[in-house]
Amino acid sequence: MNTVIFRTAAPLIVAIMLVFSVYICLRGHNEPGGGFIGGLIAAASIAVFGMASGVRMVRKSLYFDPLSIAAFGVVLAGFAGLLSLFIDAPFMTSIWFYLDVGNSVVPLSTPLFFDLGVYCVVFGTLSAIALALESDREEEP
Amino acid sequence: MAAALAPLIHRYLGRYTGWLLAVVPAAIFVFLAGFATTVNAGNSPVQSIEWVPAYGLNISFLIDGLSLIFALTISGVGTLIILYAGAYLAGHHHQGRFLGFMLAFMGAMLGLVLADSLLTLFLFWELTSVTSFLLIGFDHTRQAARRGAIQALVITNIGGMCLLVGAILVYALTGTWEMSALRGMGDVLRDHALYGLVLALFLGAAFTKSAQFPLHFWLPNAMEAPTPVSAFLHSATMVQAGVYLLSRMTPVLGGTQVWMTILVVFGGITLIWGALGALKQTDLKQILAQTTIASLGLLVLLIGLGSTYAISAVIVYFLAHAFYKAGLFMVAGAIDHEAGTREITALGGLAEKMPVTFIGAALAALSMIGLPLTIGYFAKEEMYLGLMKADPASIAVMAVLVIGNAMLAGVALLVMIKPFLGEAVPTPKSAHEAPIAMLAGPIVLGAAAIVTGILPDWLGHDVLVPGASAILQSDVESHLTLALDFTSLLLWLSVATWLLGVLVYRQADAIRSLLRRFDAALGWTADTVFDLVMFSLIRFAGAVTRVLHNGRLEVYLIVVFSAFALALFVPLFTMGGLDWIMPSADLGNWSARLTPPPLQPYEWGILALTAIGLVAVLIAGTRLVAILSLGIQGTALSLIFLLFGAPDLAFTQLMVEILSVVVLTFVFTRLRLDNRDPRPFEDLARDGALAVLCGVGVSLMLMLVLTGTLDTRLSDLFTATSVPIAHGHNIVNVILVDYRGFDTLGEISVVMGAGIAVLALLRRQKKPVPPVPEAEDIKPKRRRSRKAAKA
Repeated sequence: MNTVIFRTAAPLIVAIMLVFSVYICLRGHNEPGGGFIGGLIAAASIAVFGMASGVRMVRKSLYFDPLSIAAFGVVLAGFAGLLSLFIDAPFMTSIWFYLDVGNSVVPLSTPLFFDLGVYCVVFGTLSAIALALESDREEEP
Repeated sequence: MAAALAPLIHRYLGRYTGWLLAVVPAAIFVFLAGFATTVNAGNSPVQSIEWVPAYGLNISFLIDGLSLIFALTISGVGTLIILYAGAYLAGHHHQGRFLGFMLAFMGAMLGLVLADSLLTLFLFWELTSVTSFLLIGFDHTRQAARRGAIQALVITNIGGMCLLVGAILVYALTGTWEMSALRGMGDVLRDHALYGLVLALFLGAAFTKSAQFPLHFWLPNAMEAPTPVSAFLHSATMVQAGVYLLSRMTPVLGGTQVWMTILVVFGGITLIWGALGALKQTDLKQILAQTTIASLGLLVLLIGLGSTYAISAVIVYFLAHAFYKAGLFMVAGAIDHEAGTREITALGGLAEKMPVTFIGAALAALSMIGLPLTIGYFAKEEMYLGLMKADPASIAVMAVLVIGNAMLAGVALLVMIKPFLGEAVPTPKSAHEAPIAMLAGPIVLGAAAIVTGILPDWLGHDVLVPGASAILQSDVESHLTLALDFTSLLLWLSVATWLLGVLVYRQADAIRSLLRRFDAALGWTADTVFDLVMFSLIRFAGAVTRVLHNGRLEVYLIVVFSAFALALFVPLFTMGGLDWIMPSADLGNWSARLTPPPLQPYEWGILALTAIGLVAVLIAGTRLVAILSLGIQGTALSLIFLLFGAPDLAFTQLMVEILSVVVLTFVFTRLRLDNRDPRPFEDLARDGALAVLCGVGVSLMLMLVLTGTLDTRLSDLFTATSVPIAHGHNIVNVILVDYRGFDTLGEISVVMGAGIAVLALLRRQKKPVPPVPEAEDIKPKRRRSRKAAKA
């Protein structure tokens, strides 16, 4: 599968998929999408990248260990739920606030952070598995 | 409240000096003592925190005479014990941990006696079991310590389960968890058909904790713990929890003939058994452990009698017992510490070298014998006073009491005189006086025994009356007095007890050898029975594991899917779900069912695609083709989702399909992909049948569900509130991250855990054997988590 065409095109595909996954994740609250799907797409892109450039390259460009990303996701999601303690509401009550950026209003909320946590978990776990499987294959002559 | 202090106690974990830590229980003691006036005035402060209001569950605490006496004893003796432990284990490298366990246990015990809600009581009850497990097994490098710890845990936890079930039953019958509310409702329970069961459960709990006759054997084995533990847990606190529970439940469950008979009979047997056991032993700690059993039996017997005098005796005796037993244990520990042995036959003449210890031991022992001017005297008087009747039952119980007390007095003499008086015997270590922290306990407790013995008025008014009133739920009058009445039978009974005690002391050696011969003739004890049961249990568990957990993935899958098929079909058959499908149904119905639904051509196309994918999987010649065909089928499925209004689901399905194909391909490229496994026909038939069964079951279930009207209350609610409450237009996502965020949180944790497990498997099997199990593991796991997340 290591053809020149694939190796050349892969980074582009991966970049597009990653941006798309973030877009899918962020729009999830109003349109089809969300952290789960976004994470899946991102993980798929990592698998593609791994096929094209090898696991070592992927690990280098990821910088963090995929499992650490997943763990961070769990913590982020939990933390998003804990934020409601500050307004003296039960665990995971959502908080919304609106940020004015120039002419548009950006709504931020704790569910958003929660969804980002889900994204990280799915992405991290699946990439970790995919990478581990790929590296297994590579080690064999 | 003391419970508010409990977390504080835990914060002290890991600090090192006994002197510093002793401040904690001392502070609690002073704090609790402040309640004395309130309680004496007849009030009982209650504090409660709501826990699960829907079930009326509260964490609540109550201070009345009874709990106050227990709590003060626990914190008071606890202070001395912590001091003592600081010196006893000085230099031990786990001393900080030990003191931490001790304080944790003390907190649990305080919680137990102060609890008002039965559930709170249960919670702390189990906490005491767990912390005592840690304490008994503290010296975990010794096998005997581990065994003692496990035994205590098993036995007391059986009781704990009894308590939980009993508490739930009581709640079911009366509608309240609060013991303060239960008191007035005793008749509800006593007249109920289930009274016997409730009683049995509570007795089970109390008997296991307080080491009553058939279940007494864990207590001596628990003596493997360091001496401060024995002094605290097994004399003054934990074992008294059962006595406490029985006293607490007296107004609710007590007063019936069954209650009286069981408690008196078992208490009596335990008393005599423990006293005989004590005479059988030569190890100081074992002797004391056996007398503790005897004393517990005595207390249970008294609770069973339930008369005003008997209950007064319970209170006084409990206090007296805590004083002298804790003191004597500390003395035993000091002797062991300084002389190097606890064998009573190898000790003698220590009084010269350890005079202060001797004084402490003597004070405690005199109180245990029940001589005048000690609190033990009043305890004995009270219990005899209640039985000054002429009916045969009273006389029998009285005889048991006198004999039991006499034997205990004999043992007390033994403990007091043998090691300290007589000729000096050479000991393993050259004996000298123990450090002051270790002397404080015996001396203070011994002094307390005397002081309370000299002040009957105070003892009567400030201890006996509130305590006994709390148990009996009526006002009790104190009648303790120091005056000796030489004409009364009472005094002569006491004298008889003392004389018999002296006789027992003189003949101790003869009695011991007689008892030991008897034991040898019997050949087995409750202890060996326990071992037998435990080992059979372990063997049984091993056998079950070998059958169920045989390491073959195939078998696991068969079991899982069989269970799945059963779960589908059993409700279908039992709940009449299949009625409409039976042949008796008219044919018109059938033809209506078999009419093709009105679908667009492209919808038919997708359905066909699904079928094609499915068939392709089944007939695929190589694994790679099978995997790809599975992908076709999954993609078609996601298209169906897309068409019927679930874009989210379709999206996810598609991504999962892609990833599954990719991952499976990775895995299978490590194998030769040209062939499928050759499988014997029986295997094919079995798996095929199971698959068809599950498939049919799911289809039937779905059809059945679809015939019913769709309950749209929930989806209506979500549709209506999604935008105003959660500011989101995508209901699925809103449900996931907002309404059911907690589920999702658990879900992603599971995903992550599964990921870690898969990675671990992969790393472990880097080189050897083709990883077929992993491949099949990954897929179901991910499918399941996806379904759960979207469900």
